Amino acid sequence: MYVAVKGGERAIDNAHAFLAEERRGDPAVPDLSVAQIRQQMALAVNRVLAEGSLYDPDLAALAIKQARGDLIEAIFLIRAYRTTLPRFGASNPIDTGRMAAVRRVSATYKDLPGGQVLGPTFDYTHRLIDFALAAEGLTPPAPEAAPLGPVPRVTGFLDREGLIEAEPASDATPPDLTREPMELPANRALRLQALTRGDEGFILSLAYSSQRGYGRTHPFVGELRIGEVAVEVDIPELGFAVEIGEITVTECETVNQFHGSKTQPPQFTRGYGLVFGQTERKAISMSLVDRALRWEELGEDNTGAPVQDPEFVLMHADNIQATGFLEHIKLPHYVDFQSELELVRALRANVEASE
Amino acid sequence: MSGFNFAYLDEQTKRMIRRAILKGVAVPGYQVPFASREMPMPYGWGTGGVQVTAACLTPDDTLKVIDQGADDTTNAVSIRKFFQRTAGVAVTERTAQATIIQTRHRIPEAALTADQILVYQVPIPEPLRFLEPRETETRRMHALQDYGLMHVKLYEDIARNGAIATAYAYPVKVEGRYVMDPSPIPKFDNPKLSNSPALQLFGAGREQRIYAVPPFTQVVSLDFDDFPFEASKAPHACDLCGDPGSYLDEVITDDQGGRMFVCSDTDHCTTRQAVGHRGRLSPQEAAQ
Repeated sequence: MYVAVKGGERAIDNAHAFLAEERRGDPAVPDLSVAQIRQQMALAVNRVLAEGSLYDPDLAALAIKQARGDLIEAIFLIRAYRTTLPRFGASNPIDTGRMAAVRRVSATYKDLPGGQVLGPTFDYTHRLIDFALAAEGLTPPAPEAAPLGPVPRVTGFLDREGLIEAEPASDATPPDLTREPMELPANRALRLQALTRGDEGFILSLAYSSQRGYGRTHPFVGELRIGEVAVEVDIPELGFAVEIGEITVTECETVNQFHGSKTQPPQFTRGYGLVFGQTERKAISMSLVDRALRWEELGEDNTGAPVQDPEFVLMHADNIQATGFLEHIKLPHYVDFQSELELVRALRANVEASE
Repeated sequence: MSGFNFAYLDEQTKRMIRRAILKGVAVPGYQVPFASREMPMPYGWGTGGVQVTAACLTPDDTLKVIDQGADDTTNAVSIRKFFQRTAGVAVTERTAQATIIQTRHRIPEAALTADQILVYQVPIPEPLRFLEPRETETRRMHALQDYGLMHVKLYEDIARNGAIATAYAYPVKVEGRYVMDPSPIPKFDNPKLSNSPALQLFGAGREQRIYAVPPFTQVVSLDFDDFPFEASKAPHACDLCGDPGSYLDEVITDDQGGRMFVCSDTDHCTTRQAVGHRGRLSPQEAAQ
């Protein structure tokens, strides 16, 4: 006798209990604290707050713990929490020119005002497993330098000579794809928002594809800087802006070749990347993709490269949308499958009858 | 659940969704862009339907949630539980008792009434998407009623297979104007879309679209005069309730090719059994 499958509810509850147990792991091993994750898994935390679009390192660390280290799952937790938050207002644009930088490098000038500052980078480490880390030990303190004050922007030097396209300041309120449906074609501000929230792996691969010739843009890293910037909010009752806190951001400005057009003499053009936290790979990738997407306004050829197609890039950059839709195919589809089954049987019967 | 508004979404968001719904009702079959929110369940798992349901729910409503026609599939259980926790509304498995029914992939067998809203979960709202991947292009095609591509596709199906090879998400034309994706319901369900007394709302969360078929709207499945649309199903009766006319799931019962067919609409099947209908494999018959 057939009994229809029942008990979905109890199965779900039990699965959740099992998951909680697995998340904790062996109880003999000490529990990981949120502070430990925030401090010692800082780059994972940075990725979660960047792609989660919510600057709250403690919450991001908690999400990583809850997600068992699955960063996309952690980003999902942050995003779902973020939508429930009321919006009190918008800050003034942050001024990355006044950044207290911990890292600032330029690939276009050997030396420049403010200097090249490596900061905490993996760049010149030899990627050798450090077995000493497996044994607990104290890390010797690093030598300290005076904090880097505000330093001029590299693109500013080129700007002064008119060698790089002008980027006029604008007070226009940028669109917000978390509040309005994304309309295409999207302007640059909206594209940048989608890219900064987008999946690091996807943006990286698109940028890489442009380097390999699929929509090539000849980028130089004019400047990469990482550090804290003040966030200021205008308080109407006071009549002036008040600093409400500081956030760490990574900014990348690329300087790209441009041969000029009928209306413009040859000059350099810009690609821009700005991401929450210390997220260098993402910021560089973003600036390459941003520049590649600008082919039309710059009068360049559309070579049909994926990175030149704004709809392709913007509609597929979000890893929460992507993972949800991808994984939904494990939900039951037996009604649709049944209709396909009947269709295939009918089509085969047609073929057999005609033979 | 404390800390969240009734039905989870804040009132501003619900108002935004209701505006999109009203626009959808005013322009039947037209896909209205809306600022879909990130929900605490994954995209592709009913976030559009959940947002539409949240915007329609009132404390007096009775909610039914089905997936594949069944109330007890895991995702239906999960969504029903979500609204029990966040809205505290009454829930039911009885189609007739529900005021709002959220569904994935099916239209209930029982005829709906003017007091009911049927909310569909929609994965890809654009019926032209797999013919033309660009949203900018498909919106233009809808604006110009440029549906030639769709007819060519259906024609090519017939040329290749002797029949239109679309078994679910079968495209329809709403009130003579917009071609619409009815969501991945089997084409068996398509006739129920037309002239229904109930309001039918479609929510696509990831794709940020809402559309509607208002009550008593004409919905026609696309076809050709010489190849008319046919609502097909497995040529069997339900093995539990004996209904020869309901949509059936095929269940594999052993590895020797044994199988049975049962109603996909669980409420329809249990209701029929409760009033004495029996099928080929009903326990009573089996005991004889």
